[in-house]
Amino acid sequence: MEFISQTTAAGATRITVEGDLGIYHADEIKQRLIEGVRAHPVLELDLSHVGEMDTAGFQLLAMAKRESERLGSVLRIVGHSAAVREVIEFFNMVAFFGDPLVIPAGEQG
Amino acid sequence: MDEILSVFSVEAREQLEAMESGLMQLEKGDHDAETINAVFRAAHTIKGGAGVVEIHSVESFTHVLENVLDRLRNGEIAVSGEMISALLLGCDHIGALLDLVARGQLDVDPDLAAAGAAISDSLQPFLGERKPAAVKAVLAEAEADIEREDADAAVNDCWHISIRFGRDVLKNGMDPLAFLRYLLNLGEVAHMTTLIDALPDAEAMDPELCYLGFEISFRSHASKDAIERVFDFCRDDCDLHILPPNSKVEEYLGLIESLPEETMRLGEILVKSGALTREELDTGLRRQSEVKVGAEDTPTPTLGNILIQQNSVQPEIVEAAAAKQKTISEKKAAEASLIRIHADKLDQLIDLVGELVIAGASANLLARKSAEGTLVEATSVLTRLVESIRDSALALRMVQIGETFNRFHRVARDVSKELGKDIELVITGAETELDKSVVEKIGDPLMHLVRNAMDHGIEPPAARAAAGKPAKGRVELNAYHDSGSIVIQVVDDGGGLNKDRIQAKAIEKGIIQPGDTLSDQEVLNLIFEPGFSTVEKVTNLSGRGVGMDVVRKNITALRGMVHVETEPGAGSRFTIRLPLTLAIIDGFLTGVGKASYVIPLDMVIECIELAGTSGERDYINLRGEVLPFVRLRELFEVTGERPTRENVVVVQYAGQKAGIVVDQLLGEFQTVIKPLGTLFRNMRGIGGSTILGSGEVALILDVQALVSRSANTEEQLARAGHGVSLLTAH
Repeated sequence: MEFISQTTAAGATRITVEGDLGIYHADEIKQRLIEGVRAHPVLELDLSHVGEMDTAGFQLLAMAKRESERLGSVLRIVGHSAAVREVIEFFNMVAFFGDPLVIPAGEQG
Repeated sequence: MDEILSVFSVEAREQLEAMESGLMQLEKGDHDAETINAVFRAAHTIKGGAGVVEIHSVESFTHVLENVLDRLRNGEIAVSGEMISALLLGCDHIGALLDLVARGQLDVDPDLAAAGAAISDSLQPFLGERKPAAVKAVLAEAEADIEREDADAAVNDCWHISIRFGRDVLKNGMDPLAFLRYLLNLGEVAHMTTLIDALPDAEAMDPELCYLGFEISFRSHASKDAIERVFDFCRDDCDLHILPPNSKVEEYLGLIESLPEETMRLGEILVKSGALTREELDTGLRRQSEVKVGAEDTPTPTLGNILIQQNSVQPEIVEAAAAKQKTISEKKAAEASLIRIHADKLDQLIDLVGELVIAGASANLLARKSAEGTLVEATSVLTRLVESIRDSALALRMVQIGETFNRFHRVARDVSKELGKDIELVITGAETELDKSVVEKIGDPLMHLVRNAMDHGIEPPAARAAAGKPAKGRVELNAYHDSGSIVIQVVDDGGGLNKDRIQAKAIEKGIIQPGDTLSDQEVLNLIFEPGFSTVEKVTNLSGRGVGMDVVRKNITALRGMVHVETEPGAGSRFTIRLPLTLAIIDGFLTGVGKASYVIPLDMVIECIELAGTSGERDYINLRGEVLPFVRLRELFEVTGERPTRENVVVVQYAGQKAGIVVDQLLGEFQTVIKPLGTLFRNMRGIGGSTILGSGEVALILDVQALVSRSANTEEQLARAGHGVSLLTAH
């Protein structure tokens, strides 16, 4: 489980998550996400390297999104791994997150 | 067997027949929506019924068929020959499973299970793939709107599943996502709304608790039970409501309507129809009792109300169930137009009517002897009523032969396919009625004759073309009534029977000797001899040489006969004659010496006086016609003097006329046929016995045997005469 933070050209902070968004790391993920949302007015989450995501992981993403709305900051998910995309679509929550789902070139068709 | 099982099995068979005939119509190109619907409904009813009586083997197998038919109904797939064949095989399999049920065997043996699995597999291509629930990724905003719009329209016919997962679900090592994904095995998620309102603020949220709830529109043919079972593991700590789709509501209403007329509790009715699961009922009952304990003053809410509040069922279903419950007692009186009764009871009734007829005859006789006008009048009214009762009692046993005939459409289809012949089956006289016990026993012999006609009778298309006949072969099944018998004909327009080959074969098999001279009819009748078969190639269908003799044996056992005519190149005609009933007949009573004999009245044409003593010849001149006769006095070796006047009863059977010479004509007599004891089983000429009003026994003549006897004698005489003239000519 790794959270790699960097600053993009546009001045936003991008956190790239590596590993699984799941119940086993729920506490750690919660801390990192809350910290990230609170510290940066514009936060981009790159989830394209996430292996698995379960209900707990999904709940935490939803929590982070709501927190950012409460604070008036911006939370964007800029990369979706297949697992992340599948869960968000299955729960029909694409509109809630409001991020364009980018299909990686290799997965098309 | 359980009564409910036997009702199920009878009804399932009816549905199966409907399904089969529907499929056959589809195959003939009738792709009417109504036909497809009828087939689907039949499959659906079988499945539903099997579910109610818990025959899971039938239920799960029929489910596969139903799915295919559903896709067909929705126009997702088109009718194809392959599919119809597979579905027909499926019907056969259901039939086999029902046989097991009828035998009271609830476990499916491995062979049958394997056969079923093979059929299911062969249906897989028609099932298509379940669409993944998630839609293609498009731009989020746009998608959300579209989803919602068509959701309303599409959601109408969906289950509504409302679930709030318990907080500890994740801690217990279960993932709601897994349950919901598992749902996809049962159907398709039309729309899902994920509720995150219960998520507390960031600080307060415990990341290991579950706060999610879902409202799901679910498209599926699964039962409510099956859907509920998906959530079995988390059932205890989640809040689950499953509401059936609108179409399902109608189905429940139908099922409630069709539940057997037994006194049941409201909850039972709902559970039986599948609208309510056992679990939901238990919860409802628990709540009801809680309320009872909690508040003494307030009236206890009805279970129906609780169930509606609980969101377990729609109000209209509860209403229907309550109405059903209410009308069950009333309905018993105003039963539907059709009732099923046990065949035994019917037989018992007919036996009793038989006794009544005998007792009535006895009373009638005594009344006449007493010569009291009023008594005679009273008994004659009684006699008339008894006759009506007899007729209606016998009519109860009468069924149309059409059902038996319709089975052969399927046979024609299968045989056509297997042999590469194009055969049309034409049925006439399907509404002809005959005794149920006869119908049951005639099925197999008929099947054999029909198969034979198709297999051996109808030539391959090439041969037909060469003979200048239409390529499509024609097999006819006719039935009609004729002088107290039912006549069933199997006619084909094939090649006809080859007399030379039959004779050669019979010699080869040692049935006749090379030197034997046989009439044409005798040659043809050789095909009914045991061990006779003219076709070298043994096919699946017939030709094992065990058929025709069994056919004749079965028909003779029913006091009937089978007759074959053939015309080379033009086809053959098998004619079966059977008595209409096996129990009571109108008889014509005659006397020889001191004994009485009954001749079935339907076969009597006229009675004439035996003019003079026509010497020793056994025939008379009846208005220019030669009428052979038998003298009962000689046949049964009745002792005593011949009276000065003898009478001839002219009878007709199967187009042949013959005379029976008796002493006295005693008039019409209602005859209850009592079988002869085993001791007399092999006696020729006597078909049974009956009891006269005086208590004496009269014998019932077997006219068929007498007629063929006299006809044979005449034929032999004629041939002998012919042979003599040949000798003298040379």
